[in-house]
Amino acid sequence: MNWWVKRTGQALFTIWAVVTITFVLIRGLPGDPGDRIREQAQRHNPDMSQAALERLIEARIPASYDDPVHVAYWEYLTSVMRGDLGYSTFRRAEVAPEIASVLPWTVLIMSLSTALMFAIGLGLGALMAYKEGSRFDTAMTGASIFFNSIPYYVAAVLLIAFLGYRLSVFPARGTHSDATDPGLSAHFIFDALYHATLPTLSFVITGFGIIALTMRGNSIQTLGEEYIRVAKLRGIPDRRIALRYVGRNAILPMWTTLLISIGFMFGGAIILEEIFQYRGMGWLMFRSIEHNDIYLMMGTFLIVTIAVVIALWIADATYGWLDPRIKSGDDSESY
Amino acid sequence: MTVNRTDEPSDDEPGSGDAGSRFDGSALFDRDTDGTDREYRADGGQSAGGGQMFSDSEFTDVTMGQRLSEVFYQSIYEPFVVAWEDWRTKVGLSIISLYLLLGAVAWVSTSEFLILDRITIIEPARGDGPIRLAPFQDWSYPLGTDMIGRDLLAAMIHATPRMLQMILAGAVFATVVATVVGTLAGYKGGITERALMTIADVLMTIPGLPLVIVLIVLIDPSSPYLIGIIIVVNAWAGLARTIHSQVLTIREHSYVEASRTMGIGTPTIIRKDLLPNLMPYILINFTSMARRVIYDSVALYFLGVISVNTIENWGVMMNIGYENNALIIPEVSHLLFVPMVFVVGLSFGLILFSQGTDRLFNPRVRARGSGSTKSKDDEEITTGGGAL
Repeated sequence: MNWWVKRTGQALFTIWAVVTITFVLIRGLPGDPGDRIREQAQRHNPDMSQAALERLIEARIPASYDDPVHVAYWEYLTSVMRGDLGYSTFRRAEVAPEIASVLPWTVLIMSLSTALMFAIGLGLGALMAYKEGSRFDTAMTGASIFFNSIPYYVAAVLLIAFLGYRLSVFPARGTHSDATDPGLSAHFIFDALYHATLPTLSFVITGFGIIALTMRGNSIQTLGEEYIRVAKLRGIPDRRIALRYVGRNAILPMWTTLLISIGFMFGGAIILEEIFQYRGMGWLMFRSIEHNDIYLMMGTFLIVTIAVVIALWIADATYGWLDPRIKSGDDSESY
Repeated sequence: MTVNRTDEPSDDEPGSGDAGSRFDGSALFDRDTDGTDREYRADGGQSAGGGQMFSDSEFTDVTMGQRLSEVFYQSIYEPFVVAWEDWRTKVGLSIISLYLLLGAVAWVSTSEFLILDRITIIEPARGDGPIRLAPFQDWSYPLGTDMIGRDLLAAMIHATPRMLQMILAGAVFATVVATVVGTLAGYKGGITERALMTIADVLMTIPGLPLVIVLIVLIDPSSPYLIGIIIVVNAWAGLARTIHSQVLTIREHSYVEASRTMGIGTPTIIRKDLLPNLMPYILINFTSMARRVIYDSVALYFLGVISVNTIENWGVMMNIGYENNALIIPEVSHLLFVPMVFVVGLSFGLILFSQGTDRLFNPRVRARGSGSTKSKDDEEITTGGGAL
């Protein structure tokens, strides 16, 4: 089968599966949804009034709940395809445009941090492999492990406390200052990047370590290959060996790491945005949880997942161009 | 021959051993008068008599105990000795043991089980101390107290058992599911492989944290075991993928083919031929799953997605600190920093441990570390190098 068709089919299948999961979750888990919400509310907030409880139940149970499952499913599927994700009771607006207005901010900090993290990690890892066993290598290995063991949200809290409040060098919250108007002006772009600094730093500081360590391991392994020895014997300049022979082969296995980190960063962004009060997808998702706004919550989940699926599809598609050796077919024998 | 397969898989066996057994085989082969089984001999079977190689008992029968001790020796003891040579493993394991000890202390203190009922090493935190005491001021409250006078050290220690339960449930669930799916898909191939790997691919693409948040909000679990399992609800997929690709290479080895030719069933082949090779790898991934459970659970408690009223989790304590403006007011900042130190400490221990065991999978790193360790790969390289 053509690899492209297969990969695209898989992406579409994933999106369909996620829409179905979303439907199942909105439609509710087994048992009467009203009772479950009532019991939940009583556990967390015993002195909630009866009227408020009824309103809550009404908000969380979709109107189509009385329809038979297949009808409701078809309706949901078609409305999602049309881009209709339901009505948000908390924002008092359609869900889809609400999400579209915050998505760019999440993509901004996501791509900034991924790019920086990999640039620093790959460079440092290669350098460590080159100086393997030196004091620099030992120190950086220790530092990489240490920084990697700090959860990104802990780093975020520390950065806010020190750089945000104590020293006040970077803004601790928000996507841009109120004074600047969104637009394509240099001033606005600078302001947005300035506000994105701390969220990005929290990811980069805690994430570069594992990339550096993996890159170091890969490079050391590649340095031991015989073609490197042959290249040296042929008198190829060191610089060319480092970039073309070692670098390229050591980076290739990292592609999978990149794929995995895309999903991870999108998830992490949700936590970070809440800490930084950064008005992106995560911020919106937490507001929807706070206000029991189930359509908004499922909408953000759906959009985040679709964004990840698309990102992975692009990354996968470019891999064949990076490494022409990938096989297209499935050549394993069935037992 | 049937049973001796268990000790053949290791790549670490020096080449001389192989040659020896092969030599034995050919010697027997010469003595053989009955020519029927000749073609089976060539791969180093060690049977003594001719013609009855599958029913031979004297050499090939291994008792259950021997087999168990062999598996233990090869997949636990030997890797452990190799890994222990690295300082990272030593430090990492000590840190992990320290947390297990804390968990045990808290468990004994609160347990109502027989005699343990009467032993209380550290009292659970109650609000009876001075309010907002900073750490290292009063040694009856070493890590200070919170806004209502609860001892932070006691609270931290008593949160440990729940954390450990959650970590254990999540890590066990993820590794077991991943191993079963990965080996089955890798070994069976065909439609099973395609179906299982498609499921894994789909789950892998869904970003974990948003899915976990949605599930937790809708299910609203309170059992630490359930929370642990929900957190890794799709994390196992990535591990299943890597195990799958490892199985794909292992299943091409001749000893697996030999088992298959002899008509041994799939579950037995997976258990005896494939799993012993994968064991170290699975153990390492157990620690990374554990780390993931710590990260995500603390984050979810910290941001109040999982709601509890007691301070039974490090994340909840961070939440309390955060809500009380520990970021802005330096006097209460320890409410935030003390739990952070505990989280980072455990995670640091787990990373060190898995980094230290890295040499188990990377023969070349291993050979550099200690010159005496030899592996098949290295031998091939040195002979190749000699020819150059």
